[in-house]
Amino acid sequence: MSKLEEIANGVLAGNRRSIARAITITENTPEEAQKLIALIYPHTGKAHIIGLTGPGGAGKSTLTEKIVREYRRVGKTVGVIAVDPTSPFTGGAFLGDRIRMQELSTDEGVFIRSMATRNNPGGIAKATKDAVKILDAAGKDVIIVETVGAGQSEVEIIKVAQTIIVVHAPGLGDDIQAIKAGMMEIADIFVVNKADRENAEKTVMDIQAVLQLDTREKTWIPPIIKTVAVTGEGIPQLIEKIEEHRVFLQKGLLHKRSLEKAEAELIEAIKEQVTGSIIGKLKRERRFEKVLQQIVDREIDPASAAERLLNQELEKNSQNDEA
Amino acid sequence: MQGERKIRVLIAKPGLDSHDRGAKVVARALRDAGMEVIYTGLRQTPEQIVETALQEDVDVIGLSILSGAHMALFPRIMELLKEKGLTDVMVFAGGIIPEEDVPELKRIGIKEVFGPGTPTENIIKYVLENAPKRS
Ligand code: B12
Ligand SMILES: Nc1nc2c(ncn2[C@@H]2O[C@H](COP(=O)(O)OP(=O)(O)OP(=O)(O)O)[C@@H](O)[C@H]2O)c(=O)[nH]1
Ligand SMILES: [Mg+2]
Repeated sequence: MSKLEEIANGVLAGNRRSIARAITITENTPEEAQKLIALIYPHTGKAHIIGLTGPGGAGKSTLTEKIVREYRRVGKTVGVIAVDPTSPFTGGAFLGDRIRMQELSTDEGVFIRSMATRNNPGGIAKATKDAVKILDAAGKDVIIVETVGAGQSEVEIIKVAQTIIVVHAPGLGDDIQAIKAGMMEIADIFVVNKADRENAEKTVMDIQAVLQLDTREKTWIPPIIKTVAVTGEGIPQLIEKIEEHRVFLQKGLLHKRSLEKAEAELIEAIKEQVTGSIIGKLKRERRFEKVLQQIVDREIDPASAAERLLNQELEKNSQNDEA
Repeated sequence: MQGERKIRVLIAKPGLDSHDRGAKVVARALRDAGMEVIYTGLRQTPEQIVETALQEDVDVIGLSILSGAHMALFPRIMELLKEKGLTDVMVFAGGIIPEEDVPELKRIGIKEVFGPGTPTENIIKYVLENAPKRS
């Protein structure tokens, strides 16, 4: 058995060490990751994937801990991926989400992994999608992805999660304006956390006001749930809504979303493999630098150069096929 | 597709004391040196620390302790690491640890101990030179 097969088998058996190693592979070695995911992919698609996003300090990690507890109470196993930002200057990262979840660390039904963005834009890491697949294949019933403290453009989570919870809280500086643009559209459920604080009601009203501006035809109206994550208040109501949404998805939308997700992933994979193989080849053949110089010298514009190179490669390939 | 190897470090605070300045200083320094640092927060049991190291698949565990309980807690941590097969993880420590305890700690597998006043550059350098090179 190869090392990768061994790890894949370990993942499928729910072995914690194998799961941990597998996630490291998705972060560090993309070629191996591709092979590993190929081995486990048939066993994915069973977990319910929940995304938690919202501004920094809103209480995402604290909420995650309480949500996990609630699912554990009813006997479900849970995986958590908690994403924090990488410093663009040093490449390092301080992964602190776990601090709020440490009491869960010795529960064998829970697997928590911290992940740095490694400068991937969009609020999650490049490896997050694959890490979710690994936890899914390992048999976790529910997987929660906590994004980095996000503003309006960090909406990559939509490509990973099935139920998206946008968490807000009173007193986080200027309010809903900040999350209005992207966040409002992706939310399946709104949480106004820190409901123990005054002004929580105002935050609820702000969200309602923005929601009313949204006139798109909708079959699911995102509910607004008030929580106090530190005490657990409101968590049962939140879980109820998550489960409602899960059932709602299963009645039809899930298939459509799965297709959309598959499309996004396939396009991304094609882009990566095309650029990877073609650019590698052009560089080996020393044609890449030549074209760069031509672009600098204004002999050709970048898009036309790309088209020409791509056509040349495609032609060569079809000639090879015929030969 | 570029992948990148990063040194992953767990900074953990075993025991019941709440002196966390040193742990945070070290965590920040290692982060600024380009590492991915997971911080557990205060009051961790040996079981929690080892299980966290396993899930996070870290290369290095840094234990910070100023309570005086290191001779009780560190052996248990080393034992659990062995039990779980995490033998390729480098463990080192810092805080208030008397000189005379260091030989015994090294004997049980703690690679190095850094006391008060250690410049963070020394700690960074030590990790860069001693973190295990795993595949
Ligand atoms: C600040 C301080 C406090 C603060 C802590 C604030 C905080 N959030 O951290 C407060 C006031 C809360 C406090 C309380 C107490 N303290 Co106090 N405190 C100190 C003091 C003066 C400085 C510690 C400090 O922050 N240093 C600055 C940091 C940056 O240094 P550091 O932690 O040593 O870390 C450096 C190195 O040790 C190393 N390092 C540390 N961790 C790690 C980890 C790794 C992996 C590595 C590689 C290196 C490393 O690198 C760092 C940078 O050089 C020390 C005395 C001293 N000079 O050390 C006493 C001291 C630690 N405290 C002590 C005591 C007894 C207490 C109390 C019990 C006092 C009391 N009777 O109430 C309480 C306990 C409270 C509790 N619940 O735990 C004793 C401990 C005695 C012992 N262990 O034998 C000390 C040594 C004072 C003394 N001489 O008696 N304390
Ligand atoms: N008063 C109050 N404080 C809370 C509540 N929930 C969380 N907090 C506190 O808010 C702070 C931030 O909580 P986290 O859970 O770390 O928030 P986060 O959204 O995960 O933060 P980032 O990961 O940094 O974006 C912590 O100090 C929590 O204790 C709540 O319901 N009420
Ligand atoms: Mg968090």
